[in-house]
Amino acid sequence: MQDQDVIREFLVESHENLSSLDRAFVELEKHPKDADLLASIFRTIHTIKGTCGFLAFSTLEKIAHQAENILSQLRGGQRELTLPLVSMIFEAVDAIRKVLASIEASGEEGPDRFEKLTERLRVAAQLTADESCDSPEIQSVPSQPDPDSSVPFQTGPAALPGPLAEPADGHIASELPEGEKPEESVVKSSAVADANIRVGVGLLDKLMDLVGELVLTRNQILQFNAEREDAALNTTSQRLNLITSELQEGVMKTRMQPIGMVWNKLPRVVRDLAVSLGKQIRLDMDGAETELDRTIIEAIKDPLVHLVRNSCGHGIETPEVRVRAGKPPQGRLTLRAYHEGGQVNIEIGDDGAGIDIPRVKQKAIEKGLLRPEHAEKLSDREALNLIFQPGFSTAQTVTNVSGRGVGMDVVKSHIEKIGGVVDVFSRPGQGSTVKIKIPLTLAIIPGLVIASGGERFVIPQVSLLELIRLEAGSSEKHIEYVQGTPVYRRRGSLLPIAYLNQVLGLKPAGQAEAVSIVVLQAEDRQFGLVVDGINDTQEIVVKPLGKQLKGLTVYAGATIMGDGRVALILDVLGIGKRSGVIAEFHEQTRAAAEQKTQSEIDLQRLLLFRAGSFERLAIPLSLVARLEEFPQSAIERASGGQVVQYRNRILPLVPLRSLLEPGAPCPDPAPDPVQVVVLNDGDRSVGMVVDQILDVAEEAVAVRQKSHRAGLLGSAVVGKRVTDFVDLNAVIRLAAENWFQGAGELPNDKRILVAEASAFSRGLIRSGLEMAGYRVIEAADPDEAIRMLEQQPVDAVVASLDLPPGGTSALLAAMRARPEWEAIPVLALAESAEQVRTHGGRPMGFQDCQVKFDREAMLTSLARLASALASAVPEPVCAPVGAEGKR
Amino acid sequence: MAKDTAVLKSDLAQNSGQFSTFFVADLYFGVDVLRVQELLRFQQMTRVPQAPEVIEGLINLRGQIVTAIDMRRRLRLPPRAGDHTPMNMVVRTDDGAVSLLVDEIGDVLDVDPAAYERPPENLDPAARELIRGVYKLKDRLLLVLDTERTVDLAVEMTA
Repeated sequence: MQDQDVIREFLVESHENLSSLDRAFVELEKHPKDADLLASIFRTIHTIKGTCGFLAFSTLEKIAHQAENILSQLRGGQRELTLPLVSMIFEAVDAIRKVLASIEASGEEGPDRFEKLTERLRVAAQLTADESCDSPEIQSVPSQPDPDSSVPFQTGPAALPGPLAEPADGHIASELPEGEKPEESVVKSSAVADANIRVGVGLLDKLMDLVGELVLTRNQILQFNAEREDAALNTTSQRLNLITSELQEGVMKTRMQPIGMVWNKLPRVVRDLAVSLGKQIRLDMDGAETELDRTIIEAIKDPLVHLVRNSCGHGIETPEVRVRAGKPPQGRLTLRAYHEGGQVNIEIGDDGAGIDIPRVKQKAIEKGLLRPEHAEKLSDREALNLIFQPGFSTAQTVTNVSGRGVGMDVVKSHIEKIGGVVDVFSRPGQGSTVKIKIPLTLAIIPGLVIASGGERFVIPQVSLLELIRLEAGSSEKHIEYVQGTPVYRRRGSLLPIAYLNQVLGLKPAGQAEAVSIVVLQAEDRQFGLVVDGINDTQEIVVKPLGKQLKGLTVYAGATIMGDGRVALILDVLGIGKRSGVIAEFHEQTRAAAEQKTQSEIDLQRLLLFRAGSFERLAIPLSLVARLEEFPQSAIERASGGQVVQYRNRILPLVPLRSLLEPGAPCPDPAPDPVQVVVLNDGDRSVGMVVDQILDVAEEAVAVRQKSHRAGLLGSAVVGKRVTDFVDLNAVIRLAAENWFQGAGELPNDKRILVAEASAFSRGLIRSGLEMAGYRVIEAADPDEAIRMLEQQPVDAVVASLDLPPGGTSALLAAMRARPEWEAIPVLALAESAEQVRTHGGRPMGFQDCQVKFDREAMLTSLARLASALASAVPEPVCAPVGAEGKR
Repeated sequence: MAKDTAVLKSDLAQNSGQFSTFFVADLYFGVDVLRVQELLRFQQMTRVPQAPEVIEGLINLRGQIVTAIDMRRRLRLPPRAGDHTPMNMVVRTDDGAVSLLVDEIGDVLDVDPAAYERPPENLDPAARELIRGVYKLKDRLLLVLDTERTVDLAVEMTA
């Protein structure tokens, strides 16, 4: 009956020994003649053998014995290290591991005696003389090791991590220096015991819990202290505060482990893969001493190994392919880890073939993750991120890593679960890099306490960008609705808004004095969360939720507040997704694609400018006659308004600012020269004074939101920014009030039916007409025109000559057929001056014919037609005017 | 038949023979005392919006956050009377402590292993899902609660 403790100790030590054997052998392959390495390897196996014998684990002893023989020969220079030999010794190491696992599970060695292996080892040990000459020798690594590339595990005591703890027991060795190896029959602890000790992980976790409790109790004491005026309590609680913080820091440090712990089994993984795939791969590791919290290390173990395997399997090419591509035959896999900005960055890069983006797209289409028509529109970055989509990888491939099928989506979710992000970069032919960012610690974080629906919640500070408070009265104006979605204009961009009450199904707040918005960031998306109230920021201890609640994506955990009550911690990404403000990948691309097709139809050119406190205003460029600049000195006052002499005429000026913000003070000093946008309206011109001309943009315009403000038509998104559209009618009217008395100049309530197939042209014509004060009804084809005519009285019709399908003649015929419509004058619009002349002015019964885009001519003609109608004398109109004639 | 007795035997092997008991409506349940961490009065609870209905909320148990499951809802029974505050039986499970909200806490009973039987067919089906067996007592049945199944919300309740 063996002593349990002794066996446990044996298992732990043996696992450590085997891990160091793995590493040492991979090293040995690169430097087969390294005497020190050989010696240390020999000692390790010898130790294992000795202990096995002592504990009467005969199978183990046999295997180790044979391996030791071979190693002895190697050490003594009696044979050369060959590839098959190394592989066989690795087999032995694995076999030993299996037996150890069995011992751990059941206390027995297990049924498998590994006799074949032992026999092969024994035979191998005998073939000394012949072996050395015939078998292929291990080539030393062709490229010289760079002085700055970190050769793993020789870097010296301080940086060297202990081996990865594998047994269920989970002992962590803190920084065992590998440098000094004591004599053969060693008990490792003796030489190193002074500087480091082993601590059970369970004990460390318990300490961490206790510190967490202490933090909470400290919070409570601080709260009591704040509520009382007791000097003694004050000083004591301050002291407690300090001590607790330091203790917290110290204990968290004990849980920190260098990432090298995870990395140290990678050389073996890479080596095995390289051999089995016939590739040459060199693994460089930089930053193995970067420390992470233990829980994080656990979480990223599997993903890291998977990523490394990926690079070896899919990234780095075979030597032949590489040489053909002009690369060195040996591929390079680089691991980097470093601290930055409170986070740990881990990069896994290779100089392989890179990610084949067309193939990725193809695969995504095959798996139904991507619509073919969107494939074209994806940026490279978006295409690369396809590999993280669930269902993308073939889950059939079960790797040896953990026995489970893993794919990139699992990697991503593992990383995201601990609050990290993962990104992939690639250059075809040159390689790819996966970059991971993870927060340094999970357990104790600063959080913002908020209230919603009568409940308290905590939001992790790391996701918090900004707090916004909208006073009552102004909140109506600021949370706007774009296509039914609440948004908030935040420094020029639109922030989607979610209401926490709604997301969680809580009762909504009554009418509050103010609306509180928490601006949050999840992944690379931002959104605003409306809450009922914002309290303060606290350090909170994150406790996981039970398995019954783990499935709720909106919560990241729970904590105990200063008053002893439990509060839930919100998961920002979960809230974002649940409320729909963070659209899924597909939605985005689909929406973007739809938007693009829309925009192709309806592009309009817009003039962008600014006036008063309106940063971004627009009008259709087609309505602009000229942009002018006048010195202040040229501006004169007349008839109660401002005018300027311009091209032998007098141009009335309308300061847009005073239209939009009546009563606002003029800027001081007044700008000089003055920027004026000259608009033509029939014979007249009006100069609209603005502060600054910004730009000309080409956009599809659908006014998204009607404005109630005088002078503005509404607002829409132009050039990704919310832009207000000026109501030119109002501008003209203002000018008219100031300047143009006289009746009948502005035909205000005549209705014109515009029949034109192209929406774009129709829009232009419409704007022109509306600006002149007409009411416009639109129709795209003769049938629709007829319908419109049936619905309402129309004073004149403006129809394009080439109106499909039947052409304008159909429309005309229909109109002439009905007595009530017979008198309605029809103005035909032709594509070009030629057409006008060809048709001889009054083609087929039109009253008149003008060129489509000569707005002035059109308006003049219309005015004539309309007034002709009004005077009830249906006189035929005069000859047509070509485009050149007017100006 | 042989298999049945084998199952029963393994059940018995894990019992200490003593049960902490409680009432939900007119059902009388027992949990092995070894599995019961403590008994509490009704505690102030934090609701969990969007959680499954059977979850009443979270309680702070000396720094530990414990999920509370309402047994009435778990057993698909009508809710208890408005003024009737439930009691907490905190049980140990594989995943940590979970609190069961019950109507009344009963005594600790010693039971006779010979009285152990399979659950009768005419038992309420919702209850039958969650129990492992019954003890026939003098004037009533003691239903042995399977705590693991109870706290595993994936266990479907058959109609």
